[in-house]
Amino acid sequence: MSLFKLTASSLAIAAVTATAAAARDNVQVAGSSTVLPYASIVAEAFGENFDFATPVVESGGSSAGLKRFCEGVGENTIDIANASRKIKDSEIAACAEAGVTDIVEVRIGYDGIVFASDINGNAFAFTPADWYNALAAELPVDGAMVANPNTNWSQVNANFADQPIMAFIPGTKHGTREVFEEKVILQGCEDSGAMEAILQINGGDEDAAEDACMAIRTDGLSVDIDGDYTETLARIEADNNGIGVFGLAFYENNTDKLQVATINDVVPSVESISSGDYPVSRPLYFYIKAAHLDVIPGLQEFADFFVSDDMAGPDGPLAEYGLVSDPELAATQEAVANRAVMGQ
Amino acid sequence: MTDQTQNLGRSLLETDARTRKRNAAEARFKAFGVAAIAVALLALVVLLTSVVYNGASAFKQTYFELDIELPEAKLDKSGTRDLEVMKKVTTIGYAPILTAALEAAIEKAGIETTLDKKAIGGLISKEAAATVRNAVLANPEIVGTTQSFSILAEGRIDGYFKGRVTLESAALDSNTSPEALMLAQALADAGYADTKFNWAFLTAPDASDQRPEAAGLGVAILGSAYMMIVVLVLALPIGVAASVYLEEFAPKNRWTDLIEVNISNLAAVPSIVFGILGLAIFINFAQLNQSSPLVGGLVLTLMTLPTIIISTRAALKAVPPSIRDAALGVGASKMQSVFHHVLPLAAPGILTGTIIGLAQALGETAPLLLIGMVAFVRDYPAAYTPEAGLFGEASTALPVQVFNWTQRADPGFVERASGAIITLLVFLLIMNAIAIYLRRRFERRW
Repeated sequence: MSLFKLTASSLAIAAVTATAAAARDNVQVAGSSTVLPYASIVAEAFGENFDFATPVVESGGSSAGLKRFCEGVGENTIDIANASRKIKDSEIAACAEAGVTDIVEVRIGYDGIVFASDINGNAFAFTPADWYNALAAELPVDGAMVANPNTNWSQVNANFADQPIMAFIPGTKHGTREVFEEKVILQGCEDSGAMEAILQINGGDEDAAEDACMAIRTDGLSVDIDGDYTETLARIEADNNGIGVFGLAFYENNTDKLQVATINDVVPSVESISSGDYPVSRPLYFYIKAAHLDVIPGLQEFADFFVSDDMAGPDGPLAEYGLVSDPELAATQEAVANRAVMGQ
Repeated sequence: MTDQTQNLGRSLLETDARTRKRNAAEARFKAFGVAAIAVALLALVVLLTSVVYNGASAFKQTYFELDIELPEAKLDKSGTRDLEVMKKVTTIGYAPILTAALEAAIEKAGIETTLDKKAIGGLISKEAAATVRNAVLANPEIVGTTQSFSILAEGRIDGYFKGRVTLESAALDSNTSPEALMLAQALADAGYADTKFNWAFLTAPDASDQRPEAAGLGVAILGSAYMMIVVLVLALPIGVAASVYLEEFAPKNRWTDLIEVNISNLAAVPSIVFGILGLAIFINFAQLNQSSPLVGGLVLTLMTLPTIIISTRAALKAVPPSIRDAALGVGASKMQSVFHHVLPLAAPGILTGTIIGLAQALGETAPLLLIGMVAFVRDYPAAYTPEAGLFGEASTALPVQVFNWTQRADPGFVERASGAIITLLVFLLIMNAIAIYLRRRFERRW
């Protein structure tokens, strides 16, 4: 028994003391689940082709990633935060307070947001106004706001098939939700003339009108999906009337199960998004902690490699997976090489 | 005695209305019991069938058996076989060599195909370039020769040989085509492609979303093993010491009552709470490495401790007091009586409780979310390095790998996730079997 006790306690002590002087030789990345597949593709290729350790990539969402990014400077904080939206001023302030003052912003490309439904169901050709009329909580009718009466797509647009409205949209914790509200719902509100009607009702308060436009119905015809696109896909497989919001890359990997809807008669593809014809897209970013650049081995090389033509270029593996390559990639490469810090 | 007088004059074998009612009630109760078990079994069968149906194919994998020419002009322009120079040729530079080898095989087998060069290259996994590059860098002398390699086929081709992808689904799929599947079938008929047992699934590290065919559980199994070692080494001695003290030495007063209530409560605390605690104490305060099995093990130790303490105390209680009295009666000290007599008799119960606690910890995901173990990790974690310390290198764990794979876009990962569940279930089954064996083998009844 005494031998057992001795080994147990000495092992416990060794475990704690040995790790007291812990140092890290790998790059640590966290953030957006939209950027995660791209970051892991780059991390994998980086580990294969360089003499550095393969970076560790976590997901968890843009906000959670940036929050951890802003915890401070040091080896037990992350080096890179992935984000499917631009960093907010409040987050920059929180970073500065914790000592993270020098941040390098890197835009890796664009991501398309598509609407897809079951492959055997009806085909749809949407406009943003259709989505506004289908999903808004309240619509302006004859000078008053009334609860959305539409329950069938044929009520929204006479050209649509007779199919009950059932939408699976990203939950509020997703960066995708923000893009969906601004580029589809708000746009549709303006296009359909509802915006002006609301302004007349509320007496010209623009902020309130925007909020009213972007309020999504909560009567069960629109379902928030807090999980990933795999959950949205499972919900559509269970309910064939469902129409879901997906990332372009996810759709391209599941074209045998999903059919995609056009927006303003444009089919979403890498080409139509990069040309700007397809309206619903957003830039993807990652943020580097400049203070870590000379401390964590491989961080500068990883960032350079991420934006290199071999990876993020139009013929690289990221584009193949569904990333819309950034036409200004050369400028991004230069900024990363020069460590161009934000706000300077 | 009034009952007997009432029943007088009737045979006991004759059932009256009341007895029939009671018998019927009993029969109903038995039927409910059988129905409950049937529902539970049905749920288990449905779960296991769906997991095995989806996951069994993860243990098989399609490979191309190719003779690959390794041209010096491309892989080592300097001709010096200097590793530093040869490393400059990345996996992107190796990909055309593989495509050429496959084209040569197609030509040799006399297969007609309408596919272009890019589509033919698409039959090969992106992992294959790394396989060949590593082989070349490990042995630079093979440059300039032709070597035979067994390289992975792309995920959808692999899915075709396992029945997951069909010609109909491929026609709708933008990542493959029926022609590609038919070419792969022709290659298999000519002996250039083969589906065999997938050892790499158990040993290879995770792979990115573009290579479901290369993803394996190696890092996850290693990380889980490290965590279990940490949990065992910490939770067992601490848990046993705490329960021996509480059960055998501690005075029974308000304080020990309070501790007892707290331990029972801790056993019911949601595991995510331990994750939050671990993040605050082990990572932010003690500055241990994120994503490391050490931190994961410490968090799971906290989670497992109450389970071990409760089961150890139950095992100690089950040792009859006469054993203690006898030991004390022949002059043993209190400590001697505990360590020489009570503890060995309680050992089977303690071990069973520990193994069940470990099995619970092995399947836990939630607390690991917060300490950075739900991640894409490709390097095998070393047990000890001077920089990262003991168990300090980033890793994942088995249940985390399941969670990760279910979120990936490529349908190939559905199969991998189910395969990982099968592996996890096998580990749990082994642990529970050991627990049952120990209990049967060493348990003593009085």
